[in-house]
Amino acid sequence: MADTPPETDARRIAVEARDRVRFEEEALDLADQVYRVARRLVGTREEAEDLMQDTYARAFRGWRSYTPGTNLRAWLLRILTNLNIDRGRRAQRAPAMQPIEEGDYFLYDKLAQSAGDPIRDEERVVERLSQDSVVEALSAVPHDFRDVVVLVDIGEFTYQDAAQILDIPVGTVMSRLHRGRRILKRELAETAVGE
Amino acid sequence: MIVDPCAKCEEMLQPYLDRVLNDSERAEAQAHLDGCDYCARRYRFEETLRQFVRQAAVETMAPDLKARLAALRTPL
Repeated sequence: MADTPPETDARRIAVEARDRVRFEEEALDLADQVYRVARRLVGTREEAEDLMQDTYARAFRGWRSYTPGTNLRAWLLRILTNLNIDRGRRAQRAPAMQPIEEGDYFLYDKLAQSAGDPIRDEERVVERLSQDSVVEALSAVPHDFRDVVVLVDIGEFTYQDAAQILDIPVGTVMSRLHRGRRILKRELAETAVGE
Repeated sequence: MIVDPCAKCEEMLQPYLDRVLNDSERAEAQAHLDGCDYCARRYRFEETLRQFVRQAAVETMAPDLKARLAALRTPL
């Protein structure tokens, strides 16, 4: 059997190099968006940066397993969330059975009460919250719930994408999201109103 | 059993804003919101809150991180 002609080999290598470079550039273009999610999945900037570097190192090594035309941002975040889980932070279980919890109107009612006088423009109620209080409240949400809230509400992923990224059923995404947002609002009420 | 319509509307808040209610559920929520200032105010607040959380949670990536990520590329 004849060997592959060298020019065919050379061509194959050139095509692969081109595809790889394209992949790397597309992945790097998404780095800001991936970081935005990564930063809220972990507690510190340093952890987020480490996680980004590990994610990109793994992505660049495994670029052939990405299917062109599919959602690259979701593909990168799947690697990132897997690495984050591998780091052992799942040793603690989320308090799934913890009795809760205030309803969805809870935060509004707390902020309205604390205002002292009737609210005329409810869209301005939110101005009583600070950026820091949001960051602090998010970090207080247990991991399993926070992952979903961060992916959907900050990363703007669909339920289906979040389910694929976290490798959990869509129904679980919905229930964790629902509960996670309520926990977030309870935490916001605590930091903003002190209750 | 009598269901408090505002409690029911509160339950529909998240799926309503996520646009995952079916047509009849959505129409039911909308009919209640059209006549209930109490719930309508809280829905508007929730919508604003979501935008606020999305914006407040953004922390820009350090400029040198992108360079460190680019350095991980396979050399040509």
